[in-house]
Amino acid sequence: MTHNLSASRLNKAFASGELSAVEITEAFLARIEATEPAVRAFLTVTADQARDRAKKLDGRRRNGDGEIGLLAGVPVAVKDNMCTEGIRTTCGSKILGDYVPPYDADVVERLRAAGAIIIGKTNMDEFAMGSSGENSGFWPTKNPWDPGRIPGGSSSGSAAAVAAEQVTLSLGSDTGGSIRQPAAMCGIVGLKPTYGYVSRYGLVAFASSLDQIGPFARDVEDCARLFEVIAGGDRRDSTNAGRTPPAIKLGGEPSLKGVRLGVPREYFGAGIDPEVKARIDEAIVKLASLGAEIGECSLPHTEYALSAYYILAPAECSANLARFDGVRYGHRTLDSGGLLEMYMKTRQEGFGDEVKRRIMIGTYALSSGYYDAYYKKAQQVRTLVIRDFEQVFRQFDALITPTSPITAWGLGEKTDDPLAMYLADACTIPVNLAGLPGISVPCGLANGMPVGLQLIGKHFDDHKLLQYAWAYSKAAPFDARPPLGKGDK
Amino acid sequence: MALTRSQVEHVSRLARLGLSEVEKEHLTEQLSRILEHVESMNRLNTTDVTPTYHAVALQNVLREDKPHQSLDRAKVLSQAPEAEAGCFKVPKITEG
Repeated sequence: MTHNLSASRLNKAFASGELSAVEITEAFLARIEATEPAVRAFLTVTADQARDRAKKLDGRRRNGDGEIGLLAGVPVAVKDNMCTEGIRTTCGSKILGDYVPPYDADVVERLRAAGAIIIGKTNMDEFAMGSSGENSGFWPTKNPWDPGRIPGGSSSGSAAAVAAEQVTLSLGSDTGGSIRQPAAMCGIVGLKPTYGYVSRYGLVAFASSLDQIGPFARDVEDCARLFEVIAGGDRRDSTNAGRTPPAIKLGGEPSLKGVRLGVPREYFGAGIDPEVKARIDEAIVKLASLGAEIGECSLPHTEYALSAYYILAPAECSANLARFDGVRYGHRTLDSGGLLEMYMKTRQEGFGDEVKRRIMIGTYALSSGYYDAYYKKAQQVRTLVIRDFEQVFRQFDALITPTSPITAWGLGEKTDDPLAMYLADACTIPVNLAGLPGISVPCGLANGMPVGLQLIGKHFDDHKLLQYAWAYSKAAPFDARPPLGKGDK
Repeated sequence: MALTRSQVEHVSRLARLGLSEVEKEHLTEQLSRILEHVESMNRLNTTDVTPTYHAVALQNVLREDKPHQSLDRAKVLSQAPEAEAGCFKVPKITEG
């Protein structure tokens, strides 16, 4: 079956002529058609563009025209907050319901250059604000492991589509855990790269000092392959680090000999599901058996990171989302007299509850008289969180934690309690505040639902994290597949 | 800190975000709870701590002062709710 092949396998099959790009594309479009009613991962399936693209790729291969890129013949899905020229980009929001960008995001240009077939745009929490996918302005995506449960968020569709084998690879974005948490909850691999490794040009901004684009895949090799394609310098993003990652070599006998891994005790606190903790403990034993030196450590400001985040991210969002005002793109109210009223009503009609909530928190925290008490205080706490990491990274090469303290919860279970939803991100948020790379790899099931192991590394150690994650996944293969992923379409 | 309804109304005007009466009521309660949680930060003494605005240090990033291709105007304007004569069109700016 074509739909369960890895990206490296598909790429080889395409290069050798074993499978044509058209055959691959048709297989995935059929798989999407068969599974989408249950998963609802896509906001837009770009069937026509994908077919055209596949024909061109096949023509070029036959003529020996140019190099075969790393993703040639590989279907990829893109979260709907990354601009795709000529393809609707909604950000999961009614306010951008009909927006068709006039340009491609840097990552999309790179996908095209590498020969990828973009097969669709995936569902997400509106403007990437949420941890369950339920804040989508369109519909909630379902977890392929259990359609009564959330797939995690905010990159809900990108994670669910890869887990359901609707696509081989996908891109997500991660501001406080939006790649790692849904990867964990859907039983796949997700990498949030070091801040600045991947260009944000063409990514609709949520919180600019925290946002980072990264890959989803079903195995670590594929995740590394997609990371290599998207990482690198781009002058159009002034926060881009201008660095190209070193070649990532995965293979041979898995070993972590001499690698020092820290276990921060604050990540195993009161809210953790005992079954999740049991899986992480087993993973730690496995990592030790590969030769890693494991030690306990402390990141004492962890509990304050969440508070700092829920000031900083809304503050940055309230500024970034000021551009959605009914003038240059997107929705405009039909019912207004003057300009001010037009702004107020357009935004009232176009934004959903969570986005409104965050714009309000952020505007309040930045408003006269409250700036020092909230915004500046949060920036200072951010410094303390970063110092914690600097301290432990003197002693350790990487840290191991659960990605999420709990497994995927039921649809609708937390929608009335925004604070409870925020608390679910406690293990992923500090990583964004510090701009560090983090990866989630599957480490088993708890009560039938996937659990993710998070590895956190030093700045620009993404290639090492991928190596560690690869070694772990070879020693502890995760072979379980969601019921949807089994058997034929 | 508990927010009052009139503070919520003030912030909604600052944010240019219209709210229904029901939304104002919910937000007054929800924002108060969120702020209360966030105020746990006040347990930390941060007097001499430098704020971090960006996790990865970057110097001023400037591009070369050279003309380059920009987006196609017609394509950009095609996305506007209203456009005229090569410009975005907005409702009247002076009111009353």
